[in-house]
Order: sequence, then structure tokens, then C-alpha cells
Amino acid sequence: MSEYRVIGKPLRKVDATDKVLGKTLFADDLIKPRMLFCKLLRSHIPHGTVGKVDIGPALAMPGVIAGLIGEDLPTTFGILPISQDEHALALDKVRFVGDPIAAIVAEDEETAEAAIHLIQAELEPLDSISSIDQAIRTPEPRIHDYGAYGNIHKLVNLEFGDVEEGFAEADHVREDMVFFEGNTHLPIEQHASLADWSPDGKLTLWSSTQTPHYVHKALARVLGMPAARIRVIACPNGGGFGGKSDPFNHEIVVAELARRTGRPVKITLTREEVFYCHRGRHPILMRVKSGVKKDGSITGMHFQSLLDGGGYGSYGVASTFYSGALQTVTYNIKRYKFDGARMFTNKPPCGPKRGHGTPQPRHALEVHLDKIAEDLHLDPAEMRLNNLVPPDSVTANYLKVGTMGLGKCIEKVIEGSGWKEKHRKMPHGRGIGIACSSYLSGAGLPIYWNSMPHSGVMLKLDRGGGVAVFCGSIDIGQGSDSVLAYVVAEVLGIDPFDIRVVTADTDLTPVDLGSYSSRVTLMSGNAALQAAEKARELLAQAAAEKLEVPSGEIVFADGRVFWASDPEKGMSFAKAVVAAESKFGTIGTVGSYTPPRSPGQYKGAGVGPSPAYSYSAAIAEVDVDPETGIVSARKIWIGHDIGQSINPMLVIGQVEGGVYMGLGEALMEEMAYRDRVNIVHKTPSMLDYKSPTTHEMCEVETYLVEDPDPNGPFGAKEVGQGPLLPTIPAIANAVYDAVGVRIDEVPITPEKVLRAIRAKEKGKDPRIGPTKFPEPEWSEPLVVPPPWEGGDGKPVEKKEVAG
Amino acid sequence: MCPRNSLAALPWFHEALPRLDSPPTTAYPRPIMYKHRVIDEPGRRLLRMTVNDSAIEIAVRPHKTLLEVLREDLFLTGTKHGCELGECGTCAILVDGEPVLSCLVLAIACEGKEIRTIEGMADGPELHPLQTTFADLGAAQCGYCTPGFLLTAQALLDENPDPTRQEIKNALAGNLCRCTGYLKIYEAVELAAKRMRNGSDSEAKR
Amino acid sequence: MLRLPNFHYHVPESLAEAVRIKKDLGPLAMFVAGGTDLYPKMKRRQQEPHHVVQIGHLEELQGVRRLDDGSCRIGAGITLTTLAGDTTLKRDYPALAEAAHLVASPQLRNVGTLGGNLCLDTRCNYYDQTYEWRKGISFCLKKDGDTCWVARSSPKCLAVTSTDTAPVAIALAAEIELVSTRGDRTVPAGDFYSNDGIRYLTKDPDELVTGIRLPPPNGWRSSYVKLRRRGTFDFPVLGIAAWIRRGDGGTDAPVEEARIVLGAVFSEPVLAPEAADALIGRPLSTETISDAADAMYKLAKPMDNTDFLLSWRKEMVKPYTKKALEKLIG
Repeated sequence: MSEYRVIGKPLRKVDATDKVLGKTLFADDLIKPRMLFCKLLRSHIPHGTVGKVDIGPALAMPGVIAGLIGEDLPTTFGILPISQDEHALALDKVRFVGDPIAAIVAEDEETAEAAIHLIQAELEPLDSISSIDQAIRTPEPRIHDYGAYGNIHKLVNLEFGDVEEGFAEADHVREDMVFFEGNTHLPIEQHASLADWSPDGKLTLWSSTQTPHYVHKALARVLGMPAARIRVIACPNGGGFGGKSDPFNHEIVVAELARRTGRPVKITLTREEVFYCHRGRHPILMRVKSGVKKDGSITGMHFQSLLDGGGYGSYGVASTFYSGALQTVTYNIKRYKFDGARMFTNKPPCGPKRGHGTPQPRHALEVHLDKIAEDLHLDPAEMRLNNLVPPDSVTANYLKVGTMGLGKCIEKVIEGSGWKEKHRKMPHGRGIGIACSSYLSGAGLPIYWNSMPHSGVMLKLDRGGGVAVFCGSIDIGQGSDSVLAYVVAEVLGIDPFDIRVVTADTDLTPVDLGSYSSRVTLMSGNAALQAAEKARELLAQAAAEKLEVPSGEIVFADGRVFWASDPEKGMSFAKAVVAAESKFGTIGTVGSYTPPRSPGQYKGAGVGPSPAYSYSAAIAEVDVDPETGIVSARKIWIGHDIGQSINPMLVIGQVEGGVYMGLGEALMEEMAYRDRVNIVHKTPSMLDYKSPTTHEMCEVETYLVEDPDPNGPFGAKEVGQGPLLPTIPAIANAVYDAVGVRIDEVPITPEKVLRAIRAKEKGKDPRIGPTKFPEPEWSEPLVVPPPWEGGDGKPVEKKEVAG
Repeated sequence: MCPRNSLAALPWFHEALPRLDSPPTTAYPRPIMYKHRVIDEPGRRLLRMTVNDSAIEIAVRPHKTLLEVLREDLFLTGTKHGCELGECGTCAILVDGEPVLSCLVLAIACEGKEIRTIEGMADGPELHPLQTTFADLGAAQCGYCTPGFLLTAQALLDENPDPTRQEIKNALAGNLCRCTGYLKIYEAVELAAKRMRNGSDSEAKR
Repeated sequence: MLRLPNFHYHVPESLAEAVRIKKDLGPLAMFVAGGTDLYPKMKRRQQEPHHVVQIGHLEELQGVRRLDDGSCRIGAGITLTTLAGDTTLKRDYPALAEAAHLVASPQLRNVGTLGGNLCLDTRCNYYDQTYEWRKGISFCLKKDGDTCWVARSSPKCLAVTSTDTAPVAIALAAEIELVSTRGDRTVPAGDFYSNDGIRYLTKDPDELVTGIRLPPPNGWRSSYVKLRRRGTFDFPVLGIAAWIRRGDGGTDAPVEEARIVLGAVFSEPVLAPEAADALIGRPLSTETISDAADAMYKLAKPMDNTDFLLSWRKEMVKPYTKKALEKLIG
């Protein structure tokens, strides 16, 4: 967009120079005088009751200063108000291998580590659960004493229109089952926290967290302290991807230990402990049944998700809803039914990973559609193009779609990849596949019910012309600090590098809910826009008065404030601030953002709405070695509907990073556990948890589709998560195109591919994937007629819903 | 005096060995380990090395890795860590110009060596061309793996001023990045290489 | 941060001093050169030496030297980077240079040595874990426990050989140089390993590997292929080293002698005479290669101790043997 001076330009990030100099201080880089080091004793058993925990022998060791056990911090916490099911240190039970039991703080980390082994913890093993199927079959012993029933944490049953009617109306009905294995974020930075206590009764916590506001709330709750006396500073995250979005045990433990010892206390997790923190992708077993007309239009869809939640609630209730929410925002679905169930199992808790709860169902859906296209002898790209959700519409489940650029994305990748010449036309062993997706630009509702803004920005202008932006948002590498600077710079006509950005400090910055659900650019960007516009108005009035021109004709550009009709008639930005300060007093403005209300008014309607949906379409070209089953990606073309790029270089960086992570999930990454001897993570290391290296990453061609969305700042929508989603099914569909086998199980490993190829050679079903779908006791669905059946977003008859 | 070739002739034999007074057992942790963890125990040795062109003299215990000494004793926290097992490449630094993993190098094995960390990559206030291109092309997202990538790339360009994309991939195959998908990193290395070649060309012409 | 336990560190001034220290301290001491195998294992308490004896700097362990008889002596202390990049070696013993190039990652190859890779500790999913993790499964036979979790009835440890250079050394009929206080000796590389995950080397514990000797490259050809999940970092889940010597008459001449070695399947790299027999007496062709691959397939019995399903690893023996042998055609 040519009229912008900053927006849409590929500028350096405001924190990039520090990062290339190694000057950025991550949490583990912080060093305080008299700092102590903390280590946690973690459970070696997957499920058991906790008896006496004796830290006496550890405390007796020279160099050990203090220790904690579960009883010292008895208050529960958790990210969602409805799942406050965690203890800082196990109080009654341990629920997975790695669950923290006790903490020791010592003069140095080696001493703390050695002392941990002297703790005597009595653990009484209980029967453990390692899978979805087992959780359904095993109601007792319960891992938690809350939830739907037995070891079912949450049940969701929603029906938008009569799907049976939809199937009856269809020309073709198809049902598929897909399993998506869990995987984890693997940020290169291991979680670290440092707490400091002042005898004045004030606590400061520095932490590698994506959600300082929620950590703040959890600390106040568990420590029983007024929130006003707690300061949480989120350090720049060395990668987050959702893995640092929960309040964690170690954050609370070091805070309490700082309070008890009066000294700064630091903890840095080992790589293995990061695997135990997890909160990554839920393993989900899915069943999807659709009725379609001959042209591929969907008359009805029934989607079912069974989520393996691990040992705690985390974001799991939201994840369960998300696994059924966004199916409707890409293609027209006339009637839609969703059943979701999340199980407790004795494994590290699952939670939000890039795409939170939606990559798995998106994968199942896009593979399902590829099969439907094949059944109907339709081109899968054309079929998608012909059935898109129109812009400015409301879906069957009452999600309000605004701008919708998926069609353009599909067209771009079809053209760029040479789809028409390649699909079903390449030699055996090479294939091409397409898939699409959509993601939120921020969740429409906060995690806890309140009517306050989701993001706030304060702007301070000083008479030297300096501008400081204060916002609670935290830069996890995506560039959110830079977005704040770019937005304010654009409005005030100054250089973004002249702006000081102060973020993620609960003492200094207004609340932003955190770097999750792709919300920051849209929400803090809008808040920054509002604050900047207010400041501009003040400056414009003061400058206009000085220049004796109408204030509506004042322009802010290139560090100057001047009259549109005669640019010579103007002053420097700093002089304009002086004028404004002289006229109005100290110049500080605020902006805040609250998303619009969504039309859905049923229980569960809170998960899925967003001010704007981003759209992506991906085409993957792969080689599959028919002799080994090894899949290698050759190239991925991806179109992304960004609304408006605030900085196209950063947008493309997010697209490429999302594709990279999708590639890893598609082909190799998995949280695999052993459950014979014990339920232990099979590969809790960087070597054995396989993430793609320079050798596995393929070329990526990115097409940005820009159609500014009225709800985004300058029209911007999200990019942090969306582009991951279509990558995985595009690869799966490409594998089918290459060798004619369906791997309905992610990751698509060579073993599975080769087994399917061998089956095909023998004339057997060339498919690897789940064949059984264990049914929990579903609850009666909540029936909400879709808008076109006269619905108003409310359920038609009040029915009991569990959970 | 002890005869040469006998154990007791080793310079630190006397301070070190007498601590081995209990037999090793398979139980963990061993009593002997506790003794070794007493904070003021003898066993530190003076180490002299050059870090970012400065002569450093520091007393370290044998089991301290270079990573620990750089970060915890010299406060050079620009060197990051992701696994401490040689599995991620995050802690890569240059020892005598060669990229190595500081998590698996003993500090005392660096006697007399020249160490270069990210803090010593820029020339005073001037960024190294790689630092400039990494910043300008978005090759550093979260920035955590960046120091390891930068130093490894610097070693590559010092040896091969005009690497192909494949040579860059091979040289950086020991560094994991979870943010970028590596593509912007390749572009940054290529652009820096080009600028460095042009820079040296123009210098040669002068 | 994962840290090393405390230990005494020895930097001997001579080879004699090095072996003397080891002799005196016995199992409490371990030699270290690059440390890329030992230090991670010490951090995870898989190896717990109280004394670490640095040998990487010793002069006897350096250099690549061509001897008068045309054979070649490579010091055990040369780094894998040097080995992979040495122009003479790349010409005369390309399989060895290739194997070195495929080890771990560039930074690790800059430090890791040939000797270290030849003596690389056997690996296993149940063993290559932290102390805490291993405690969760009550440890395993190889370290601190009494059950081999790979096969509970197994009386011996089934950890897998994971060195890339050893299969090549065996295929090339290299000799391993050993030095101890009792003097020096050489052993054929094929006799250097034993099929036991714990005692996987046949040398006496106090013997130090100082180098290897490679026979003169008299027109024979060799290759090495490696299977692993990713193109870098990962240890092999299968390694095939092949060596052939043809009679006179160019590439169509019958194979007179062959050695094919299976790496990363058993606790030692295994020479497969049956596979060699399939090649001998016939020109190298698709058919003979296929026969050799079948023989290798029969021999391979991978266990559940590495990445990937063992059934797939077994299946991969055929195509990877073919790959290794196809490199020798022409």
C-alpha cells in the first residue's frame, strides 16, 4: 500500500540488532547478586499417591538453603478458571512421570541437583492410563476427581442443523478416521525463571512466559498475595509456539523460595524437563463423515474428536472446543455436528501448540476432502474453490466471517505450482497435494470472563520528541514489539527506530492477555493505533494553532508535522510535542481493544469467534521412495490471506516458520511414550525428538494475499499460526498422489508409507490409519439451528450438557 | 622429587588424588561427588585464554564446560544453550576460528586458545556483515539460536567466501532453529557473502 | 543446565604417561580426545569416570601418513572434519572419508576424532537417557540395572554399535594400533569389536587406540551408506560398508574379493561373508548385487534399540546394501 510510510515495508525489527549482538537478555541470562539456584524433584512414576516427602537430608547438605514440598503451596492453579487442577508441587497425587514433587534451592545449581537426590519421597503407585482407548475403558482410578465422568475430562456435543437430513440429501456420503499423534513445541530456549523478593512485601518474577498476565494471576492466587505487590516481567522468549502459555510450577516455586529466603532464586529447566512441561499438540483420534453433492458442496458434516489430554487440564477444555470449531469457516457446511471428548491420561499435559486444537481436525478434514474429490472425480483444488464460505457471512456454528481471501490463495498456489500439469500426472514416486485452512486473529473471548479490554497501550510523548509505547504484550520472536513501533510510527509520521518499546511488565505496562491465539498484531496493534491517533489529535491541534491552519489538514510524516497544502509550513515532530505539552500539559494517551461480540449464544460459542480469520492454501510437492517409504518434501507453495502486511518480511518469516513446523509434524515429530515398564517419554532429547534440520527443510514459495480487514490495524490479520495448518494435509495428499497410499496417521513416517505400499502391491487396502473408534458416553447434544434455518445463535431446547 | 612418567609427577596430582578415598559404588549420587561439590574445594586451575581478543585469566574447576565459564564466570551470556548435550548447536562458538559446541568443551582444555563469542563478532560499533544481514532480512526471529548460527556462518565465510546454497545448508546442519525454517538464514548468509566479496574486491582495487 | 560431575583431569605429556595413568587408575579413569561421546554420557551419568585423561593432543595420535609399502597410517586423534576433508584419503579411501563426513554434525566433527568414533560407546534408547529417566525404568543392564529392556530375557546387553567409521575400517581390513604399558600391538579391525553391548571392544581396558593402518589402495573400491531419520546429527540406524577387488579387465571383470559390513544392527559391526560370496567370481551386476542384498537381509536382526521400527530397519538392509554396492559399479 503505497500511501503508508512504515506499514507494508520490510523493515528491520526494532529488537533485531540486540539479537544479532547477543545482547537480548533471555530469562536464563539474568544474573543477580546473591542469586540462588533451584532444582525440582520430579516423579518417576506415572500415577500415584504422595505420602511423606522428607527433604531433611537434602537440607542438611552444605550449600543447600531451603526446600519446598506440596504442603507449602496447597492452593491449586491452572490456566483456565474451570481447570484449576495443578499444584506447584504434588500435594496428594502425581499424575505423570515428570510431575514436580519437591524443590531445593542452593548456592549453586550443582549443589541443588545433588541435593534433590537425597529427598525421600514416598509414592504409592496407582494404575495408570496411557491412551485414549484405555481412558474410556478405565473409569477408575480417576486421575482427577472432576470432569465429565471417569477419566473423561470434558465432553462437548453440539448440533447445528440435522446432519442426518444432510446425509440423506447428499449424492455421496463418506466417512474417514484419522489419528494425529501428539508433538511438542521444542523451543530452543529452555524455560527459565528468576524471582526476587523485597522485605517490603514485593515480589518480582522474570520468566520466559508468553502470558505474563496469567502468570501474575496464578502467583497472586497460589502465594495468597495481593496482585498489586507482584510484578511479572516476561523476558523475550527464545521460541514459544504455545509452550510457554501456561503458568508453570517452576514459576510459582521460585517465587515462593525467593519469599522464604529473601534472596533471588533462579531456575532453568533442562531439555528433558521442557518435554515434561509440554502443553503441546493433543493426540487426537478423529472421525469425520460428510454428505456431498456431485459438485462437492457439503450438505452435512459430523465431526468427532477424541483428545488425549495428559495429566492436567491446561487449556484442554478450549482445545476440545477448538477441535470442532473452525471446520466451518473455509467451506460452506450446511449442517454441522460436533462431538468432542478429552481424556485424562498419565502423560505430560497437552495444551496449545501453534494452531491450538485446530491443525489435527484441519488435517483430517483436508485429507477427507481430498478423498471425496477423488470419489467424485473432481479436481480437489477446483472443488475447494467452488465451495468457499462467502465473505461477510455467518457459519452454521455462528462464527462471523469478515474478509475471506482463500479463493485468491488457492488461485495463487495453483498457478505458482503448475498444479494442473502435475496433479495425478507425475511419475510414480512424485506427488503433489493441496490443502487449505483458516485461523483466528485472536480469540473473541478472554480466558476468564470479564468485560475489560484484551489489550491496552499507553503512549508517552516527551518534549524532546521521544515516544515510548507501553504494552503488556510479549515478543516471542514473532516481532510484536516491532509491530507496536511500526503502528505508532506510521500514525505519528516518525521513524520506528525513534520509538522506545516497553513491553510485558505488569508494573509498567497495561494488560495485554498474552502472545497466544495469534492475537497480538490485531489486538495490541489496534490498541496502539487508538493511542497513537489520540496523541496525533493532540499534536495536530497544537500544531495547527501555531501554524494557523485547520487542524484537520495537518500531516504527520518524515519526523515533521506540517500543513497538507504547504509542506513548508510546519515544524519538527519534537516541536509539535512541545506545542502540545504547552497547550495540554504532559502528553500521554491510552488505547485499548476489545473484540466485537460474536453472534453465537450457546454454551461453547466462546471458542472459535475471532475479529478476523486468516486463510491459507498450500500445495506440497514431494518425492516418495517406493523402495523405502521415505518422503522428502521438494517444495511448498503457500498463499496466505494476511489482510494487510504490517511488515511483509516478518509475515513471510512467519509463513516459512509455520511451514517448517508443519513439515516436521507431518513427517517426523511425535511425542512417543513407552508404556510397558512405565509411561515414560521415549525420546525426551533434541537428538531423539526429531525436528527438521537444514537438510529436511524444503524450498517455500510464499504468496501474500492482501485485502485489508476492517477489524485489523491497517487491515492486518494473523500469520503466526495459520500457515502451519495446510502444510500437513497438503503433504499427506501429495504422498497419495505420489504412490497411491493413504496414511491417515500423522506423522507420516517411512515405516507407515512402506507398509501401505507393500499392501497396495499385494492388492490389499493401501491405507494405514485407525480402524476403531472407541465411543465415550456422549451427552445429549446442544441443538442450535444454523442461521439459514431461522436460528438466532441460541440453543432451541435447554438440554443438560456435561462438563 | 618424583621420577618422570610416574603419576605423582603430574602437576596437580597431589591436590587432586587424595580425595579418592572411598571406592566407587554404583549407587547414585556417590559420596565422593558430594565432596567434590563443596564450593571451596581445591582443584581450580588457572586458565589463560583469549576471549574476543582480550586475554583472560581465570581459575576454573576441571569439569566446567566452556559454556558454563563463558556464561557464568565471564558473564558472556550471548552464548546460549538448548540441550547441553551437543544435540542442537545453540552454544556454538569459535575456538581458533573453528565452530565447536561450547557445551562439550572443557574450559581447561582451552588453555592458550582464541575464543570468539557473539559478543566479539562486531568490530566495535560496526556489525559484522552477517549480523547486518541477519537483522535486515529477518533471519533472527526469537534470536535464541542466532549467536550459534552467526558464528558458524562466519567460520564458513572465512573459509569459503562464495558458498552455494547447498554448502550453506551443510555448514549450518549442526544448528537447529525452530522459528525460521532456515530459509531467511540462508538468504542472510548469501547476502553477507556477496557484500563481503564486493567489499574485499573494492578494497583490493584500491 | 545439564552439567558434568566433578572429576580429575589429566593432561599427560607423552603417550607413555597417558597409558601409565590409565594403568594406575584402572576403571576409574577414561581416555578422552574430543569428548563428544564421553561428556554427554558423563552429564547423564552413563559414564562416571573419576579421572579423565586427555589424549587428543598426543603427537603419536596425529596425522595422516603414507608408509613405504603404500599403506596409510591415520592417527586416532585426527578430527572427523580433517578425516572427511583430507584429499589423499578422499581419493584413496573415499568410503572412510564419507563415513567420517556423515558422523553427527559439523561442529561435532570439528572436535570428535577417528579414535573416538571407532571406540564410540554402543547406544540404546533405554541407555542414552538422563539418570532421572533411567531411574524411571529401574535402569538397564548396561548401566546400574539388571534387565535389558530391549529383550528382557537377554542375558547380555543389546545396545547397538553406532559408529560410522568402524564398518568401513572392517571392510577395508584396517589394523587398529593399540598401546599400553605392556607395549604396542595391532589387531585387525574385524577382531576389535565384540557382540556385547557392554564389552563391545575386545581390547584390554587399559589399551589406547593410537591410530589405524589401511592397506595400500591397489585398485579396489569401497563405499559407505548410512540410514538415519535426518541428514545430520543422527546416529546410523543402519550402516553398510562395502569393499571389492576385481580381477584385471576393467569394470566387467569378476569380483575376486569382497567384504561387506553391516553396521548399527548388532552390538558390533558384522562382516557378512555370505554377502561377499554372492559377489565373488561374477562381475558386479544388478543380479549379484541383489543376491548380496538378500544375504545381508538374512543376516540382519535389528532390535528395538534405535530410532524407527525394527521391522523397517530390517527391510532397509536390502535397498541400502544395493545402494552401497551400486556405488562400486563402473
